[in-house]
Amino acid sequence: MFDKEKWQEIFSSLKNNKMRTTLTVFGVFWGIFMLIIMLGLGMGFKNMIQEGFGDFATNSLLIWPQQTTKAYKGFPRNRRYMFTNEDVQIIKEKFPEIEFIAPKLRAFGSEGANNATRGTKTGAFSVEGTFPEYNLIDPSKITSGRFVNNVDIKEYKKVAVIGKHVKDVLFDKDENPIGEYIKINGIYFKVVGVLTKGASNISLGSDKDRSIVIPLTTFQKVYNRGNEVGFCAVTAVKEANIALVQQKINTFLRSRHSIAPDDEQAVGGFNLAKEFKKIFKMITGIGILIWIVGTATLLAGVIGVSNIMLVVVKERTKEIGIQRALGATPFKIMNNIITEAIFLTASSGYMGIVLGVGVIELIKMIANSTGSDNPFFTHAGVNLNVALMALFILVIFGVFAGFIPAKRAISIKPIDALRDE
Amino acid sequence: MIELKGLHKSYITGNNKLHVLKGLDLTIEQGELVSIMGSSGSGKSTLLNVLGILDSYDKGHYKLNNTLMSNLTEKKAAHYRNNMIGFVFQSFNLISFKNAMENVALPLYYQGVSRKKRNKIALEYLDRMGLKNWADHMPNELSGGQKQRVAIARSMISKPKVILADEPTGALDSTTSLEVMDLFREINKEGITIIIVTHEKDISERTNRIIYLKDGIIESEFISPRKISETVGTYRN
Ligand SMILES: Nc1ncnc2c1ncn2[C@@H]1O[C@H](COP(=O)(O)OP(=O)(O)O)[C@@H](O)[C@H]1O
Ligand SMILES: [Mg+2]
Repeated sequence: MFDKEKWQEIFSSLKNNKMRTTLTVFGVFWGIFMLIIMLGLGMGFKNMIQEGFGDFATNSLLIWPQQTTKAYKGFPRNRRYMFTNEDVQIIKEKFPEIEFIAPKLRAFGSEGANNATRGTKTGAFSVEGTFPEYNLIDPSKITSGRFVNNVDIKEYKKVAVIGKHVKDVLFDKDENPIGEYIKINGIYFKVVGVLTKGASNISLGSDKDRSIVIPLTTFQKVYNRGNEVGFCAVTAVKEANIALVQQKINTFLRSRHSIAPDDEQAVGGFNLAKEFKKIFKMITGIGILIWIVGTATLLAGVIGVSNIMLVVVKERTKEIGIQRALGATPFKIMNNIITEAIFLTASSGYMGIVLGVGVIELIKMIANSTGSDNPFFTHAGVNLNVALMALFILVIFGVFAGFIPAKRAISIKPIDALRDE
Repeated sequence: MIELKGLHKSYITGNNKLHVLKGLDLTIEQGELVSIMGSSGSGKSTLLNVLGILDSYDKGHYKLNNTLMSNLTEKKAAHYRNNMIGFVFQSFNLISFKNAMENVALPLYYQGVSRKKRNKIALEYLDRMGLKNWADHMPNELSGGQKQRVAIARSMISKPKVILADEPTGALDSTTSLEVMDLFREINKEGITIIIVTHEKDISERTNRIIYLKDGIIESEFISPRKISETVGTYRN
C-alpha cells in the first residue's frame, strides 16, 4: 500500500493544480456532507415519530357504536345502540387472533361542573370506567399504587386511579393519596393509584393527567349504565391481520345488534395499525429520498473527479509514455490513476463525513443545552454503519471515477504518448 | 542479437498512407556500437521505435535476442522494454517530480526491486556518470549534459541487452556531445549493444558501424574510420 513512487506522482499532480484540486475535492465533500446532514436529520425525524408512538400497541384497533344508517328488521334508520359486556365477552372468546380487548365508558362532569371533591378541594375531571387490559393497549405510567385489576372488576370495587393533575388539585403537595378517599359525583372512592401520560404521545380522547379511572363494572353500576359499553380498544396477536379482525368483529356486532349487514357506518372503527403503517411507509419513503438525493449530489461530485482525472491523464500523457518506455505495465498505470481517484474521493468524502457528523452532533449539543425537547434535533444522529456505508460507496465511486481515465491512459500507444508535447 | 527481415512500416493519417520503412534487412550483433544516419524524415526514429517495441510494424519480422517481436500484449512488451532495452531520448524525458536518483531507479521500481535497494544501485550508476553529488537534485536544476547523463544512467540500470538512443546529443553543445559519446563508448565496452540515431557526422564517426537510411531502405553501410584505425592500431586518441 505505501508505495512512495505512486504517492509521489499523485501528490505532485494535486500540488501542481491546487485550485483545481480544491474545487474537485469540494464537489465530493459537499455531496457527502449534504448526505450526512440529511441522514442525520432524517434520523431525528424518525426518532421523533417513533418516540411519539412510544409503547402504544401498534397492532391495535378502536371500535365504537355509532348510529345505524339503514332500516333493518323493523328498526328505523338513525337508531342509537350500545355495545354490551356480553359482546365483549363473546368477541374475546370467539376470535383467537385477539390478544386483548378493553371496553371503556366515560362520563364528564356535566357541562364542566365539578364532579370530584375531597374536603374543600374540588375539580372537574373526566371519569372513565375500564378493564385492566386497557393499560396494556394504551399504557399510562403508574407513578404510585396500581391500576384497576380483575378483583375490582369482579367485586364492583369503588376504587379510583387518578391522574397526576387530579392529585395536584385534590391533594396537598406532600400528601400521599394512596388509600385516601375522594368523592366522585357524591360517591366515595378509594384512591389506589396515580397515573400520568405514558411514553406515547398518542392520546385517545381525554388527557390522562386530568382523568379518573375506575373499574368498568363499578362505573356501570354507579352511573346506571346497565351492561352498556362505549368503545373498545382491541389488540391482535402479532401475526394477525388487524383489518381482517376488524371486519370479523364488525360482522359479528352487526348481526348481534340487528344492523343491516351492509351498514358499514353503524360500527365506528379506527385501524391504528393502518395509520402506523402509513407513517412508517412515509418515514421509509423519506429515507429512500434522502439516499437518492444524497447519492445524486455525491455522484455529481464524483463525476467531477472523473473529469479532472481525464484532464490529469491528458496532461500526463508524456509522463505515462516515459513510464511505459521504462517498462511500466498497463496494470501499473491504471492502478496509479484509479488509486489517485479513490484517494481524491475518499479523502474529500472523509472530510465531508467528519464535518457532517460534527455538525449533527453540534445541533444535538445545542438542542440539548438549550433544553429543547424537540426530538427532531435532540435525537438527530448518524450511526456508524451509515457513515461506513457512505465511505464504502465513495471508494466504489472512486474506482468508477478512475476507471475511464485509466482506460484512456493506456489506450494510447506508448510511442504516441511519448510524442505528446 | 537484433535481426530485421523485410521490415515494412507505414503511417496512416486520415486517408493518407505514408510508407516509411520499405523492406529493411538488418542484423546487429551483441556488443555492437552502431549509428543510424540519414536525412530528416528518412525513417530513423521510426526504425528505432520499432526496435524499442514502442511501435508496431506491418510486414516482415523483427527478432530481439532470438525472440520474434510481433503481436505482443502490452504487458509482454512492457516486460521486454524493462528487461532488454534502455532508452535515451533527445529531450531527456526525465520525470519532473522525481529527483535524479529516483529517475535513475525507476526501471527497477517496475521490476519490483525494493526502494532502498534500487536507490543504492541508482547512486552507483550516478557515481559512474560523475553525478553522485547531484542525486537529490530535481531535473530542472540540472544542465542539459547532466540530464542526459542521468538519462543514460537510467537506461543502463536494468542491465539491458541494448540501449537505443534517438539523437541523444541533439540538444547538447558540441563539447558535451562528445563527452556523452565517450560515455556510450565506455558502456559499450561492457558488452551492451548501443544503437544511436544521429544526423551529425562527428557523432556517427565515434561509433563502430554506420548505417545510412534513405527512402525507407538501407542505402549504404560503413565500418567507421575510427574502428578501422583502432583495428589497424594506428589511431591515437
Ligand atoms: N506518428 C506519425 N504519423 C504520421 N507520420 C509520421 C509519424 N511519425 C513520423 N511520421 C512521418 O514518417 C516519416 C519518417 O519520420 P521519422 O522516422 O521521424 O524520421 P527521422 O527520424 O529520420 O527524421 C516522416 O515523413 C514523418 O513525417
Ligand atoms: Mg527523428
